[in-house]
Amino acid sequence: MTQIVSFVLNGAPVQVPADPHQRLIDLLRGPLHQTGTKEGCGQGECGACTVIIDGRPVNACLYPAPEADGTTITTIEGLGGDNTELSTIQRAFVECGGIQCGYCTPGMILSTKALLDRRPDPTEAEIRQGLAGNLCRCTGYVQIIESVKWAAERLRDKS
Amino acid sequence: MAYRHIGQETPRPDSADKAAGQAVYIHDFERPQMLHGKIKFAEQAHARIVDIDTSKAERLPGVKAVITAQNTPEVRIGFMRDNFALKRDKVRQFRDEVAAVAAIDPDIAAEAVELIEVTYEPLPGVFTPKEALAEEAPLIHETDPRGQPRENNRLDLRYHHESGDPHLGRQAAKYSVEGTFSTPLIQQSCMGTAGCVAEFDRNHHLTIWAKTQIPFLAQRDFIQMLGAIGLKERNCRVIVPALGGAFGTGLDTHAYEYISILLAWRTGRPVKVLYDREQEFSYLSPRQSSEVKIAQGCDENGKLTFRWVDVLMDNGAYTSWGATYPTVMMLPATSLYRVPNVYFDAKLVYTNNTYCQAMRGYGNPELNWALESNLDELAEVAGIDPLEMRRINCNRAGEITPMGLQVTTCGLRDCLESVSEKIEWTAKRRQGKRRGVGLASLFHVGGGGRIYRSDGSGLILKLDDFGNVNVYYGGVEMGQGLHSALSLGVAEALGVKPDKVFVNPTDTGTCPWDVGTHASRGAFMACNAAIKAAADLRRQIFTHAKSLFPKIVAKNLKRYQKKHPHYTAPDVDVAALVDRSTFEMRDGVVRLADAPDEPWLSVSLDTLLRGIHFRSQGEMLLSHVFYDPPNELPDFEKGRGNMSATYAYGVQGAEVEVDVETGEVTILRLVASHDVGRVLNPQTLKGQMYGALAQGVGYALYEEVCTAEGRILNPNFADYKIPTIAEMDFPIELDFIETDDDRGPFGAKGVGEPGLVPTAPAIANAVYNAVGVRIRDLPITPQKVLAALKRKG
Repeated sequence: MTQIVSFVLNGAPVQVPADPHQRLIDLLRGPLHQTGTKEGCGQGECGACTVIIDGRPVNACLYPAPEADGTTITTIEGLGGDNTELSTIQRAFVECGGIQCGYCTPGMILSTKALLDRRPDPTEAEIRQGLAGNLCRCTGYVQIIESVKWAAERLRDKS
Repeated sequence: MAYRHIGQETPRPDSADKAAGQAVYIHDFERPQMLHGKIKFAEQAHARIVDIDTSKAERLPGVKAVITAQNTPEVRIGFMRDNFALKRDKVRQFRDEVAAVAAIDPDIAAEAVELIEVTYEPLPGVFTPKEALAEEAPLIHETDPRGQPRENNRLDLRYHHESGDPHLGRQAAKYSVEGTFSTPLIQQSCMGTAGCVAEFDRNHHLTIWAKTQIPFLAQRDFIQMLGAIGLKERNCRVIVPALGGAFGTGLDTHAYEYISILLAWRTGRPVKVLYDREQEFSYLSPRQSSEVKIAQGCDENGKLTFRWVDVLMDNGAYTSWGATYPTVMMLPATSLYRVPNVYFDAKLVYTNNTYCQAMRGYGNPELNWALESNLDELAEVAGIDPLEMRRINCNRAGEITPMGLQVTTCGLRDCLESVSEKIEWTAKRRQGKRRGVGLASLFHVGGGGRIYRSDGSGLILKLDDFGNVNVYYGGVEMGQGLHSALSLGVAEALGVKPDKVFVNPTDTGTCPWDVGTHASRGAFMACNAAIKAAADLRRQIFTHAKSLFPKIVAKNLKRYQKKHPHYTAPDVDVAALVDRSTFEMRDGVVRLADAPDEPWLSVSLDTLLRGIHFRSQGEMLLSHVFYDPPNELPDFEKGRGNMSATYAYGVQGAEVEVDVETGEVTILRLVASHDVGRVLNPQTLKGQMYGALAQGVGYALYEEVCTAEGRILNPNFADYKIPTIAEMDFPIELDFIETDDDRGPFGAKGVGEPGLVPTAPAIANAVYNAVGVRIRDLPITPQKVLAALKRKG
C-alpha cells in the first residue's frame, strides 16, 4: 500500500507517496530529483548513496522509504548555501584534489560531514574509520584524507 | 623554461559540480518519453538455443518491445566481428545476450525479462586455455566471421618478436632462471556502472549518450550497425556524459549499447540501458587473465644476454580490443632494460569464459609481473643485488631498442636512485624480522600509442567576444583530469588565465576526431594539439592587432587622461612601435614587447576580439588543428615499430611485513618514482599516481574475479575486494623525475597507466626479501603465502 511519507529534506518539509518496499534512494532520485545521491552497488557496500538521516550517515539503498517518515534528511544538494556556493567540506574536496571521476564524491562528502559534526577534530584513524564504508576507485584516498583534514581545520576556525 | 600555469597545483575545473552532486552521469540522464531496456542473459556457458518464447513478456502491461535475434537484423560487433548484439543459434558464455525488453519503467522491464523462456541444448564447455587448445576440444566458434570453418580455438592474431639470437643468448648466459607467472581476471570496478541512452530523431539519425572512451570509433561502429539494420547513410552522434570512471571499459562498443539502439529503433522512443553492480560484475568484460612463461639470463657481470617470453591468454568467448594486450606486452618484453637477444610470442585462445577487455596498463602489468619477479630471481642466482642488477642493465636516452623503439629521454636511472634512497634500500634489505623491501621498474608508452591507423587528435579553440576560450576536444574526461590538463595547457600556450578556458562536453557532433582516450595519451595529445592551436590563434590575434592596437590604445589614453588630469603621457609613437616591436599576450592582455609600462598601453583580449568582430567584414577567431604524433604503427607479427613518440619509465619500491602465522602481507610503505617528463598539474598528477597505486595494491593482494565453469562467483564488493581507505593505511611517497621531453607538451609524457604497472612485482619482491617465498600467481593471498612458507619448511 502506497503511503504518504513526510520528512524534512535539506531544510524544507516534503510529503511524497512511497511504496512499502521502495528504497529511499529511489524516492530521492526519482520523485524528489535529488540525483546527487548516487547508486554504486545497491547493497550497502560502497557508500556512494550515503545521506544523513537525523545526524547519522545512512546508505539510502538499504533504507526503506516509508521509514523516512518524521526524519530530517540531508543530501548533497542540501550542503551548499541558498545560492550556488559550495560548503566548506565541498570546497575542501575541490581544493585538495579529493575528486576524480566524482561518482563516490557526494557519499564521501556526506560521510565527512557526519564525521565532522560528531568529531570536529578527528585523528587520521578516526577519519579512516568514518570513511571506511565509502569506496573510491580513482583516488587511492590520500587526497580525500587531506580534504577532510583541510575541512576540519577551517570549520574549527569558523566556530 | 619558466611556466605561468604549468606546474602549479590547481584544482580541477570539473570538480565543483561533482562536489555539488550536479554533474550529470548516465544514471542521472533522462529524455522525454524515455523507455528502460533490460537484457535476458544466457546463464549457460555453452549451449545451443532451441527456442526463445517471449509471448508472456510481450503481454505484460508496460512492455513496449521484446527483441531477439529472430526478430531483429543480425548485428555483428567487435573488431574481429565474432560477437553478436543478440545471439541466434548458440551461446558461448554465461553472459550472452539472448533477448531484450523495453518497458515504461525498469521494474516492468526486469519482470518481463524474467518471463522470457529460453530452451537450450547444453554443449560441452572449455574453461582454460589448455583445455581449449586440446586436440578434441569442442569449438567455441565453428566458423570465422567470413563463414569459413575453424579448426581450433586459437585466435587468428599473431604477436611475435625475435631479435639477435635468443638461442645463442641463452647459451651465452652464465646464469639463467625460468618461471611461469599468472594473473587473474580483474574487474575494473568503476564506481559508476555502465549504461547508455539511445534515441532516433524523425530523420532516422541516431544520438547515443554513451559511457565511452572512444566516441569516434564508437560512432564508426554504430554507423556500421545502422547500415546493417537498413539505415544506410544515417548519422550517429555520440555524446559523452560525466563518467563515473572507465579504466579501459570504454575502449569497445558493447552489446548493451547495440541493444539499446535496436530497442530505440523498434519503439521509436529513447531507451536507456543501465547495469547495476551485480550486472556490471557479471555481464561486463573484465581484464584478461594471463599466463606468462619467462626466462632471462645474464653473464658473470650481471649483463642480460637474453629474454624469452611466451604468453598464453584466455580470451573468453569473443574478442574485444583487449585481445591486443600483447601489442603492449611486447614493449617491456623487448625494451625494459638493455637485452640483446629477445624472443616474444603470444597466443590467445577462445574459451567459454566471460570475454575480456581492456584495463589500465593494457597487458603491461601482466608482463611486468613476470619480468620483474623473474629478474629478482635471476639476480639472486647470479649473486647480484636486485637494485644493482637493474642499474647494470638500465636503459639510456638515445638508444633504439630491439623492437625499434626510440628512447628520446630516459629517467629510469634517476628513478632507481630515488627509490633506493627513499626506501633506504641497503639498510632495509637486511632488516630481518619478517620485514623486507623490494622494487620493480616499468616501461610504457608515454607519447601516444599507435595501435590504430591514426593516433591523432583534433582540437578546436573558439574565441568569443568576451575573451573566453572554448575548447572542443574529442578525448574523454573520465576522472583522470584531462580537462584540467587541457585548461592549463591552453592557458599557458595562448596566454590567458585558466579560468577563461572552457572545455566543452565531448560530442562527435561538435568535436574534431580523436582516436580515443587510451594508452596514457590524453594529456600528451590534448596539450600538444592545444599548443599547435594556440600558436595559430596568437598569430591571428597579433596580425589583427597590428591595425587595431594603435586605435584602441589611443582611446585608452584619452580615457586615462580624463580620469587622471595631471598625468603626462610619455612620447610614444605607437604606430612605429607596432612596426618594430612584437606583440605578446599574458593573462589575456596584449602588449608590445618594447613598449614602456604604461597603464593605457595595452589591450585586453576581449576588447581586441570585439574590434575584430564588430566592423565591416569582421571576423571571429578560431583555430582547428589535428595533431598526429611522430610514431609508427608497428608490424606486430614481426614485432617492430616505434609505437610511441616517447616512453615513460618508473620505479616503485615496497616495504612489507609478513605474518608467518597467517600468511598475511602488510604494506608498511610504498615509494613511487616516475619519469613524467614534466609535471603539468601536481595535484592531478599525484591523484593519478595515488589512485593507480591503490589499483596496483588491489591487483597485488586481493582482487580476483572467481569463476566456476564460466560463471562469475563473486559479483559484488563484499566478495570482490577493492582497496578501501582502511587497507590503504600506509605512507606513500611520490617522486616525479622531470626529463623534459622535446616531444611532450611542455616536456610532459603520458602517465595515466604507469602508476599501477610495477606495484605487484615490487610487493612480491619485498615478500621474498622478508620471508624467502616467491609467489608467482596473483593475487598474493595469505593462503598462497602460508602454503609457500609450509613448502619452504
